Amino acid sequence: MIPPAAFFILAALLFVLGVVAFFVKKDLLTQFMAVEVMLNAGNLAFLALSRPAGRPDGQAVVLFVITVAAAEAVIGLAIIVLVFRQRKSIRTDDLKGLKG
Amino acid sequence: MAWIVFLTLSFLCVGAVVAMIVSRNQAHNALFLVLAFASLGGLFGLLDAPFAAAAQVLVYAGAIMVLFLFAIMMFNLRRPEPPEKKRLRTVLAAGLGFVLLLELVLAGYRALSGASAGVPAGRDLAHLGRLLFTDYLYAFEITSLLILAALVGALALAGKREGD
Repeated sequence: MIPPAAFFILAALLFVLGVVAFFVKKDLLTQFMAVEVMLNAGNLAFLALSRPAGRPDGQAVVLFVITVAAAEAVIGLAIIVLVFRQRKSIRTDDLKGLKG
Repeated sequence: MAWIVFLTLSFLCVGAVVAMIVSRNQAHNALFLVLAFASLGGLFGLLDAPFAAAAQVLVYAGAIMVLFLFAIMMFNLRRPEPPEKKRLRTVLAAGLGFVLLLELVLAGYRALSGASAGVPAGRDLAHLGRLLFTDYLYAFEITSLLILAALVGALALAGKREGD
């Protein structure tokens, strides 16, 4: 049986990769995908830690996280589509309106 | 045997995310992410969580990523991304990632050192369903409201015509 620590380390690695991807990439869509990677790393950590406790609560939390991620994806993509319509670009380099 | 499956799936998952960081094509990024989420679904199955595994593959690798692909098609970005110029940002992100990884592994080590290897989680879906409609009833209902709000919000945001 694989120890929970192995799953947890994988989750930590995935989360860190998501953070790095968020900061390295420069288009809104890929940054948004990086957020999804982070959410999934959180899911993996929940499941890895709930199995040794012998309770199915981890799966319930994962269900809620997936639902919230779906809602977030819908709203986020709608906002990105709006930004693209107005600015004709989703590169963060081109979106400096708040910089003053 | 379980270790082989675990290592294969985790390699696929991490490799797909790394490929997403390296690649500059957004459609390729989305497909890499589908691969990563599908292998994560397999990992969930390995963790005795069949419901989470099914939801992961159906909702994440299926629905959400198809949504991303539709969005990418709407953007219709023909020219490829120009190469990244700022090295400083990459170095800073790598440093931040390294510190974060250390911190997370430390936290996980602390959290898991007290845990027993213990009994495997309840496999039966009936238990999970009962849990969802008793202990997590409020969260469940609020989630349905959230979905409705997201639906209406997306319509209000993106459903407008150009001239409005």
